[in-house]
Amino acid sequence: MLLLHRKKMSLSVSHLTKVFGQQRAVDDITFSIEKGEIVGFLGPNGAGKSTTMKMATGYLPATAGSIQVNGLDVTTHSIQVRKMMGYLPEHNPLYLDMYVHEYLHFIGKVFEIPGSKLKSRVAEIIELCGLTPEQNKKIEALSKGYRQRVGLAQALIHNPEVLILDEPTTGLDPNQILEIRKLINQISSDKTVIFSTHIMQEVQAICDRVIVINKGEIVADDSVNNLLAAQGQSDVVVEFEGEVNSEDLATLEGVEKVTVIKSGIFRLKAKNGADLRAEVFKFASERKLSLIGLRKEENTLEDIFRSLTVKETVT
Amino acid sequence: MIQVFVKEFNSFLNSLIAYIVIGAFLTGIGLLTWVFPETSVLDYGFADLDTLFSMAPYVFIFLIPAITMKSFAEEKKMGTLELLLTKPLSDWSVVLGKFLATWALVFLALVPTVIYYFSVYKLGNPVGNVDSAGVMGSYIGLALLAMIFSAFGLFASSLTSNQIVSFILAAFLCFLIYMGFDSLSSFGGNAALFIKQLGIIYHYESLSKGLVDSRDVIYFLSVTGFILLTTKVVISSRQW
Repeated sequence: MLLLHRKKMSLSVSHLTKVFGQQRAVDDITFSIEKGEIVGFLGPNGAGKSTTMKMATGYLPATAGSIQVNGLDVTTHSIQVRKMMGYLPEHNPLYLDMYVHEYLHFIGKVFEIPGSKLKSRVAEIIELCGLTPEQNKKIEALSKGYRQRVGLAQALIHNPEVLILDEPTTGLDPNQILEIRKLINQISSDKTVIFSTHIMQEVQAICDRVIVINKGEIVADDSVNNLLAAQGQSDVVVEFEGEVNSEDLATLEGVEKVTVIKSGIFRLKAKNGADLRAEVFKFASERKLSLIGLRKEENTLEDIFRSLTVKETVT
Repeated sequence: MIQVFVKEFNSFLNSLIAYIVIGAFLTGIGLLTWVFPETSVLDYGFADLDTLFSMAPYVFIFLIPAITMKSFAEEKKMGTLELLLTKPLSDWSVVLGKFLATWALVFLALVPTVIYYFSVYKLGNPVGNVDSAGVMGSYIGLALLAMIFSAFGLFASSLTSNQIVSFILAAFLCFLIYMGFDSLSSFGGNAALFIKQLGIIYHYESLSKGLVDSRDVIYFLSVTGFILLTTKVVISSRQW
């Protein structure tokens, strides 16, 4: 049963630790990713995201612990693992003096795509990544967004089962970010994708699951919705015309705490994430108060991220 | 390995590097062999190619480090080494691919000098009065010498991400193994011959007599092998 369970895992990391001199960059982290999952690897800068990814690709050795890709150990079956994996390193290094075509051809050869198929595969991947208008240019002549596409194209050329993307959208403008995200969504239907970022919206837009890492440790590992539900509180901000006693508001059912923001404006914190708006509206109509603002404020992933990572630093 | 070799060799041909290397080498050697009066074969009056074979190593001391200085240093600086080493390529195939590409480029520069041989052959009196075996041996020696220089160049490049450091270090190492041991041997006393044999000149001269001794060939192969192994170890040292 255990074996069966293991087989389904595309990537499993157990008790992974990396020590650089005195610093524990990654500290005993354990997680596993099922086939077909898209996982966001979230954390502030220097949290150990890139280090973990470098170890997963076999570029850096782990100080302790192990990583398995489709049941194969990264250190002992390095070459086989690399064949199954597409990797886009941080900062997207490229051979700038090569032509887009030439570069993808070279990477295809490295992955031993047979010569007969290589040409059509390169054409296909150029099409998929939207590089058609730029395919005959030198990489150094491309804009950052297109370079990123070339980076993705080289990671995808051998149709890998596991895709590791290290900050694929950093440094792009908002339009380009949307395009790259769309591309990731498009290609990830049948792949296991793990990508790191420190941008929250990205995780909400693409991922099924999010792993939050801070100071080399996992502080949260859950589906995006669960995380929002578990950590998220919905506050209601109400605005009345005229004076209202805050203690009256506190007596309402489901209200945990009332904070006065300004005179007439209150923030009501709900117990157990209940929706207070109906109660507040009833309260206002009973007392003939004019309600001029009623707004629900949900905690975003961003708040959760901040609370998870900052809490760690304080304690 | 083939993929890396093809990529590296193409990048020489697609950039100006290959043409500058071949052009500079042929111009320099051509001037020394045929034009400059002190070294010109025409003024010398004997039908041999000693000028070519004695000057070429000095040109290589600067030329080969210039070819290899970017091979690892630039990849490190740009981060493409990480890209290359996370592909299904062993560290050995990366090192050997780059080494063979460098060597092949030097070879390509050397090939046109065969014309010199034919010129001297025709100029001989009677025609064809050239020590052909010596020339052949010298060519083999020169190719083997380029092999060691290429290996040293790669090694220097693997140590740093700064191309200038890589160039100077490589030129120094090439100079040391070519001339250094030979010059040092005069201080050697009883060990003089041994020290002399550590350097290239001893073996190069022996080959240029036209006698391809397996000991000399083994010297070149083993030194190259050792330096390439060291380079591979440096590249793999990220794993420590």
